[in-house]
Amino acid sequence: MTDSLPTQHEISAEIAEHEARTKRAMDAGEPAPLHPSRDYAPYRSSILRHPTHELVRVDPEEVERESPAFGHTDVNPLESDLTIQHSGEPLGERITVSGRVLDGEGRPVRHQLIEIWQANTAGRYVHKRDQHPAPLDPNFTGVGRAITGDNGEYLFTTIQPGPYPWKNHTNAWRPAHIHFSLFGSAFTQRLVTQMYFPADPLFALDPIYQSITDPAARQRLIGRYNHDLSVPEFSLGYEWDIVLTGPKSTWMESEDADE
Amino acid sequence: MNEQQLSELNNQRQYVQTPSQTIGPFFEYALPYAGGPDLVSGHHANAIRLHGTVYDGAGAVVPDALIEIWQADEAGTLVRNLGSLDRDGYTFTGFGRASVNLAGHYTFTTVKPGAVGNGAPYVLFTVFARGLMHHLFTRAYFPEDTDAHRNDTVLNAVPEERRASLIAVADGDGSYRFDIRLQGDDETVFLDFDA
Repeated sequence: MTDSLPTQHEISAEIAEHEARTKRAMDAGEPAPLHPSRDYAPYRSSILRHPTHELVRVDPEEVERESPAFGHTDVNPLESDLTIQHSGEPLGERITVSGRVLDGEGRPVRHQLIEIWQANTAGRYVHKRDQHPAPLDPNFTGVGRAITGDNGEYLFTTIQPGPYPWKNHTNAWRPAHIHFSLFGSAFTQRLVTQMYFPADPLFALDPIYQSITDPAARQRLIGRYNHDLSVPEFSLGYEWDIVLTGPKSTWMESEDADE
Repeated sequence: MNEQQLSELNNQRQYVQTPSQTIGPFFEYALPYAGGPDLVSGHHANAIRLHGTVYDGAGAVVPDALIEIWQADEAGTLVRNLGSLDRDGYTFTGFGRASVNLAGHYTFTTVKPGAVGNGAPYVLFTVFARGLMHHLFTRAYFPEDTDAHRNDTVLNAVPEERRASLIAVADGDGSYRFDIRLQGDDETVFLDFDA
């Protein structure tokens, strides 16, 4: 990390190269990649942390096809409101983030655990290794949990997180996001990801967001502003559905799925 | 295409997988929880220590990884007990979560699972880390089960010279070491269940 950092221009050029490579592959008939490639050098920390051997493909067995059970003894319903965890009100724009967790057939993922964590309105995490000199908010921790309902639904009340700088390259900034951790009904559906907010000017510059090299796939991480979810005099609403396809669960691009 | 058009396109594509993103560096205050690494109490008669170190491709320890395990109980049954997040010290749920320390080391206290079905007993591992775009799955088998290993479908799907990376090392009374190497010649075998 003591090497001189690359510039945004250098990182952006690498990002463009990766995206062009994906486009060529898709134009040649390869399926769109659903996940980021673990080998994505524009995100410098990935260079020594991705396997170089191909993953070994195997059929999931019972252990992988099941998932731990979570429920009312694990999570208090109040944990989904990140604005009431302290004696005072957190600073920032209150938001409601809500949606459904579904499997690859559109069936709800019921009674499973969702965990979220995020920066505060100033872009600072309550984490001892976060050195960004932005203020901590004594009334905001930025951690929430919920169990999905009968229809796979969830709802968090929180604060719009701020963007923040990091040291991947010079003048690197992460677009505002909320980290999500999800369990499906099979352990193979386990997912950790990030939800973003519409029209963020930092999208094009961010190697973590851009590590998903198919633009349509990236877009699936952006919550949608939904005025019906906005609470009068209180919060703005964002809707974000999460899909956890499992082993053997089939999916098709719409071009092939019309019949 | 602009964001609106992409959004419309995605609405036509129903139920497509939501992409993964890295867990990042700041999960430490959010995901680990009291009792997470202890599937059973250390006083349990059959408690084992299952521990190891996570290394990167340069052989350096990874100080910001999160490990989850999921396993059957001693009888080889996957239980559906609540209480993974709020442990009572007695109920076995089969799920554990531990973050590594600054030396890249994690420790779980658990029991050795029984075999599920016809395969050899194993613990499913999930690895998350800063710099890792998408988690990795692997399995920790136990060194004493050599006969069962010969007939295990997954072990047999792995090239022989790499098989040892899936087998924990007995390193003391009731203690097993399972190191995880994210990259390199002795890279751990990682499994793709979505084939």
